[in-house]
Amino acid sequence: MKNESPVLTWISHISLIALSAACIIPFILLISASLTDQDTIIKQGYSFWPENFSMVAYDYLFARGSDILRAYGVTVFVTVFGTTLGLIITLLMAYPLARAETPHRTLILFLVFFSMLFHGGMIPSYLVYAKYLGLKNTIWALIFAGVLTNGYYIMMMRVFMQGSMSKDLIESAQIDGASEYRILWSIIIPTSTPILAVVGLFTAIWYWNDWQTGMIYITNPKLYSIQNMLQRIMQDIQFIQSNLQANSNSAMAQMPRDTVKMAIAVIGSLPILLAYPFFQKYFIKGIMFGAVKG
Amino acid sequence: MSQLSSEAAALMKPRKKKRKYDYRRYHPLLIMMIPGLIYILINNYLPMFGIVIAFKEVNFAKGIFASDWVGFKNFEFLFASNNAWIITRNTILYNLVFLVLGTVLSFIVALMLNEVKNKFMLRSYQAIISMPHLISWVIVSYLVFAFLSVDNGFMNRTILPMLGIDEDIYWYTEPKYWPYILTLVDLWKRVGYGSIVYFAALLGINDEYYEAARLDGASRLQQIWHITLPIVVPVIIMMAMLQLGRIFYSDFGLFYQVTLNSGILFSTTATIDTYVFNGLTGSGNLGMSTAAGVYQSIVGFILVLTVNYLVRRKDRENALF
Repeated sequence: MKNESPVLTWISHISLIALSAACIIPFILLISASLTDQDTIIKQGYSFWPENFSMVAYDYLFARGSDILRAYGVTVFVTVFGTTLGLIITLLMAYPLARAETPHRTLILFLVFFSMLFHGGMIPSYLVYAKYLGLKNTIWALIFAGVLTNGYYIMMMRVFMQGSMSKDLIESAQIDGASEYRILWSIIIPTSTPILAVVGLFTAIWYWNDWQTGMIYITNPKLYSIQNMLQRIMQDIQFIQSNLQANSNSAMAQMPRDTVKMAIAVIGSLPILLAYPFFQKYFIKGIMFGAVKG
Repeated sequence: MSQLSSEAAALMKPRKKKRKYDYRRYHPLLIMMIPGLIYILINNYLPMFGIVIAFKEVNFAKGIFASDWVGFKNFEFLFASNNAWIITRNTILYNLVFLVLGTVLSFIVALMLNEVKNKFMLRSYQAIISMPHLISWVIVSYLVFAFLSVDNGFMNRTILPMLGIDEDIYWYTEPKYWPYILTLVDLWKRVGYGSIVYFAALLGINDEYYEAARLDGASRLQQIWHITLPIVVPVIIMMAMLQLGRIFYSDFGLFYQVTLNSGILFSTTATIDTYVFNGLTGSGNLGMSTAAGVYQSIVGFILVLTVNYLVRRKDRENALF
């Protein structure tokens, strides 16, 4: 006999289906809106089932695809480079902090921990990166002023390693003459793959979604990431809208602006949504892992 | 051999004495940490000194140290204006509402996930409801815009006519709607994520409790009431308490991006974070913004310490430190 109440189970299913629908519906509206014919927009506005479909917005965007492609290039580079470098740095911090023999461990732990509690804030950070390190309008600002590593990732990985590493194995490797680097490479990394996957995934999502760093440090449109481009388009089309009466016959009026706006958002969110089924297992695992550690 | 001698040494070493570090043997562990330490020093510690800039007349060309001192003037301006009150009130009130509603709703959803025994359905629900957490605030702002756009939005063109309201609502210029909109959007983005966090806590409950209750004839609802809630609610309250420590920090993306940074909405959408940011990008007052940033850092820090102290007194295990 199973331990469940049919009524409760059904209530749960129905509520969860409703919640799932609420999570998906806005995306459907976005996609439908991007596929709406320009005349239909005037009649119907953005709707879930437009009277006339049209690919005009996508044609328009593909015609000027080089900007979008470049923005994707920036995003991919920053995500790959930032995640790789960040993961290495986090690993190299977390492992020694998990080992009891590490000299000055408590002091360094405190330094890491305190960095989680107290921030200098946005403006001092800006001065450090822009004024003293000269990273303004460089792609490196997107990487270093981003989240290369942080206390949460380090602590999360450290806790995992403390639970998974075997003291005996490390000691016998030491007797066999293995160096500390060798131990890290051949013993620790293979047993830490789950946490490396989780921290790597969260760092990657962070870089992919980051628009704030770009907004602070990047003013050159050639260095815009896809998120910054989306952000800028949201502002600029408003600008066009407010100035439309003045030059309504200009070329700008030709652009199917209402649908282009939706289409660019679809193009901007499609890759991560398409990839999601493949990494959702680790994403959910990561959320749960963070939870267990409070 | 070396193992034996180290054990012997450990035995002979008197306890309590300060540990002598074995640098010769373990220096590689220190070397490994160099890149991370350099990054944390530059990224986290260097800006802490930048706090002095709140006491200076900010001049980006001169930098932190060369700018002229003005004492507490930036703070005087900030607190003399109405802004300090508005951004503090908004930041705290929104966070409180998000925290209470978010925790309660997430927990209810977690309880529901716990009732789903079909593995495939469970995994599908989890994947779908955590999806909003995956999406950037920029994308969310487009999703919201599809509903709220004055000319084309689904609200103005479909919902309002259905309700018999003919006049358009200018969502992005009417402050009174935003407390509801922001709460709804925040819950949309966070409840799925939060429910998975709490669901993980529910999974930790030993099955034997339920088994024993079932043998005693307890219904599923009674089991939830008498087993699940007493075990999990204290943990959830502790987690919520710790979040309370972050009450001085708002989710910048929500308040900046979703509102399209519309200045007219200031009274109901400005928070400390958006205020500081607008100062930095030039659309606000830089001196007052730096003062607001320092105000946030310091009060925020005190709050984290206080909350953690309170949590620690009740339940050591759940405290941060």
